Amino acid sequence: MSAVTGNMSFLLRGLLATLELTGLSFVFAFFIGLFVATARVSPVRSLRGVGTAYVELFQNIPLLAWLVVFVFALPQAGFILPLFQTAVLVLSLYEGAYVGEVVRSGINTIARGQGEAARAIGLSTGQALRYVILPQAMRSVVQPLGNVFIATTMATSLTAAVGVVELTSSANSLDLQYAQPIAIFVGAGIAYMAVNLIVGQVTGIVERRLAVER
Amino acid sequence: MSPANRQGSGIFDSLGPKARRRALIGNVFTLLIVAGLVFAGGNELHRKGQLAGQKWSPFTEWTTWRFLLKGLRSSIEAGGGAAILAFVFGLLLALARMSRRPLLRIAARIYVEIFRSIPVLLLIYMTLFGLPDYGINLSLYWKLVGPLTLAATAIVCEVFRSGILSVERGQGEAALAIGLRHSQAMYRVVLPQAIRSVIPALVSQFVSILKDTSLGFVVSYNELLFTGQIFTSYSRLLIQTYLVIAAMYLVLNGILSKIARVLDARGNRQGALLAGARPSTDEPVALNEGGLP
Repeated sequence: MSAVTGNMSFLLRGLLATLELTGLSFVFAFFIGLFVATARVSPVRSLRGVGTAYVELFQNIPLLAWLVVFVFALPQAGFILPLFQTAVLVLSLYEGAYVGEVVRSGINTIARGQGEAARAIGLSTGQALRYVILPQAMRSVVQPLGNVFIATTMATSLTAAVGVVELTSSANSLDLQYAQPIAIFVGAGIAYMAVNLIVGQVTGIVERRLAVER
Repeated sequence: MSPANRQGSGIFDSLGPKARRRALIGNVFTLLIVAGLVFAGGNELHRKGQLAGQKWSPFTEWTTWRFLLKGLRSSIEAGGGAAILAFVFGLLLALARMSRRPLLRIAARIYVEIFRSIPVLLLIYMTLFGLPDYGINLSLYWKLVGPLTLAATAIVCEVFRSGILSVERGQGEAALAIGLRHSQAMYRVVLPQAIRSVIPALVSQFVSILKDTSLGFVVSYNELLFTGQIFTSYSRLLIQTYLVIAAMYLVLNGILSKIARVLDARGNRQGALLAGARPSTDEPVALNEGGLP
């Protein structure tokens, strides 16, 4: 226990880094996903192709492979960013594909009549999406988006494998120093669980707030 | 009808002349941007000499491919092992979660909640650096497959549970009505239908387990990503090797994802046919936590 209680500030700094990585990546992933989803339902065929290719690319290649490519390989071609920024970039691109699929499934749940009515009153495709389709679609995907957020929290731990100092790597280096695996890893595990529990509660509240009463 | 209509949003069912012209302009723009990005990326690699023939020539030799394919095989072995174990344990856990014994139900629930919200890498560090302190030293294979199985079991459990809950309530009721015992109704009527309905989700789960085997990179288990790292350490061809590795993952997982989508579409079609064949008034109501009424 002493290793955990005595190094609380060290672990908290790790947790803070995890939260920063998660928060930043999720915000970027959200906008990437919104763009990918609208691209995939757009009337422009090549844009649909780009959206599909993007999702296939990021959902079928492991996150760790992407991290290794961006952190170790691309600097050889002169593409160099600070480690933390690189981690945020890769996480955003990767989770963006998942957000995109979630939003697209939300768009697909909207009744056809909504889109047809929007067109009938003279809205363009873009306007129909912005004012009619997306506002309804986003309401139905709060819970799945919360799940993507939780997945992002867990995914940030992989950045430890390429050298980012966050909760998992802090726990690991503490264990190497103090050799108290149970206390340290259980402590870190509890921190992850607490974050995910809070996110779950918050999405529940947001979902209820956004629900339309009919 | 444009193919996008099948995506169902119905916001552009048939384009008028003006919109068609705009879509054409959009097409041209998109293609130009994509071509520009590809050209810029390629040019940058070319300027750094990364596209030079001798940097790619190792990948025309069979010895290189034999080395990398061995890594792919180890990935599949680890992923397959973890998937089989997780499917078995996940099913058992799902049955426990829906059991009529409250203690079993709670224990299963706690397992799922814990292992669904802890990152696999943390579990791997625990087995890698924690367990040896207690005299438990697993082989490299199990240092990777063990934690993967623990985490995947929790997720597979939820997949099976949702499958069981999606079986129409009437199925279980009818089974009880013709005199089957609770367990018989579960194993002979509800479960076979539930398992069939979750097969596509299990295939996607297999893809996600295969992706997670890349964590062998941390354990130094010889799976595809770690094999790539070994290859770069003496060839010094980082960009080329990792691009090839990424492409190998893309092909394997892309095929599996495609299979999952096809199975899913077929299942939906059959479901729709069944629903249309009989005048069904009872919608699929969820079974209670006990699994059966």
